[in-house]
Amino acid sequence: MTAGSPVRGARRHVSGVFWRRPFLKAGGLLAAPVAWFLFVYLAALAVLFISAFWTVDPFTGDLVRHWNLDNFRILWDSPAYRHIALRTVGIAAAVTVADAVLAFPLAYYMARIATPRSRTLLFVMVLLPLWSSYLVRVYAWRLILSQDGALNWVLHGLGLPAAGLAYTNTAVWLVFSYVWLPFMVLPVYASLERIPDNYLEASADLGARGTATARRIVLPLALPGLVAGSIFTFSLTLGDYITPKLVGGPSSQFIGNVVYDSVGVSSNVPFAAAFALVPLAIMGVYLLTARRLGAFEAL
Amino acid sequence: METRGTRIALLAWTVLVIAFLWLPLLLIMVYAFNSSNVQSWPIAGFTTHWFGVAFHEQEVRDALVLSLKAALLASGIAMLLGAAAAFAIHRFKFFGRETISFVFVLPIALPGIITGMALNSFFVTGGLNLSLWTIVIGHATFCVVIVYNNLLARLRRTSPSLLEASMDLGADGWQTFRFVTLPVISTALISGGLLAFALSFDEVVVTYFTAGAQNTLPLLIFGYIRQGQQLPVVNAVVFAIILATVIPVAIAQRLTQDSGILRRR
Repeated sequence: MTAGSPVRGARRHVSGVFWRRPFLKAGGLLAAPVAWFLFVYLAALAVLFISAFWTVDPFTGDLVRHWNLDNFRILWDSPAYRHIALRTVGIAAAVTVADAVLAFPLAYYMARIATPRSRTLLFVMVLLPLWSSYLVRVYAWRLILSQDGALNWVLHGLGLPAAGLAYTNTAVWLVFSYVWLPFMVLPVYASLERIPDNYLEASADLGARGTATARRIVLPLALPGLVAGSIFTFSLTLGDYITPKLVGGPSSQFIGNVVYDSVGVSSNVPFAAAFALVPLAIMGVYLLTARRLGAFEAL
Repeated sequence: METRGTRIALLAWTVLVIAFLWLPLLLIMVYAFNSSNVQSWPIAGFTTHWFGVAFHEQEVRDALVLSLKAALLASGIAMLLGAAAAFAIHRFKFFGRETISFVFVLPIALPGIITGMALNSFFVTGGLNLSLWTIVIGHATFCVVIVYNNLLARLRRTSPSLLEASMDLGADGWQTFRFVTLPVISTALISGGLLAFALSFDEVVVTYFTAGAQNTLPLLIFGYIRQGQQLPVVNAVVFAIILATVIPVAIAQRLTQDSGILRRR
């Protein structure tokens, strides 16, 4: 204890100081992450918002930092852009519905019927595709759906006509439903797992049939999970440009594609920013509604 | 509770959905061994030739190095920030606690182009040239929540009596942290870090807006696929990527299954 004691004493003193003033400790821990989000993320969102009201000089390509509504006027007046926005939102909604339908029975089986061993296995089977590369999974579908791909090979083997799904909006919908499916399964599973068995027994004892129990007990209790999953499926579809580009056709443009081209091809950042505000506004409303429905406890 | 028929139907549905999830992944792995330049099914013949070609392709190597650098730095920053925040949120109750959790989720809950565009216009108007560091800043921002959620879940499951016992036995704050808290949380921290690494390594949507002219591995592959170039090389790289992402995630999954002493239930 001879050499170590002054060090130890100092250390005790320091921990004592923090112990007596918890706000110091909390502040010290929170300073860096909060500063990061304030000065990088929220600041970036603020810049996005502001730069949406700027324009680019058509001749020099320089930023013109005058507040105006030109970008929004173009977006509002052009039927093409309105079409793209509607297509994006429509496909995002269709993807969310498809994923809910695909995920619910699977999540139910995992949560309430599977043995603990097979539950762990299923969990890993759902989780691994989620973490394996997004781009790889989209590319896989590009090959599957192509004219001489695996899908038409199977159809041909069965004596059916070729599907011709390659480069269509249906393909975009299918592939989005595929890539975001695990995001729906996991929260729905979590919410179903939390339903106590005796709720279902009580419902049966009171004379409810299976369908009535499913509709009036299971579904309402699983709703927060479904909403939580839908945040991801809807939002991720809304903000994507890779899938429409790789498996969609010329009439599969998403908001993301316009933003991507405005930055990459025409370097019109203000216009891209203005169009990016559309999904931001939609998600803002969506998230506030989801919070009301208790989805954040289920995330 | 469920009738036999319902159970069987649910099982059948489960098997079909799992097959739907896995078949494309298995199929794409087969393409890596395609002896032909033409990507049709069934593959023309079996070869391992393209792995060698991909391995010696300088563009692929450069992109891989950039991706690894970015993922290491970003997951490192995310571990520091996410861990600090998780400790603070777990230990202290204060005004704005829920808001902080909410803001952390935003970078992954909001559509990708928003985070990407926001960072892009932030860097461009700030006069910052797009570089490795802008990629890292973007990735770290959406990786924080992964580490944060993993660690917070572990902290909430840890019994507070462990810390009290340590203090009662005369340990100071540092010793308690070093010998009690750290061993209890270390696996959650590592698994959070691994998941953050996997997410960063794989990200394309946001990365495009923060990378400028640089190519991370996913951006390079995206370019190849779009232009229909180098597809056999893409297939070989894709095979390697699937293995490379599955392994850290499988390890992370293992690490999150906690040891018995932590359970409060």
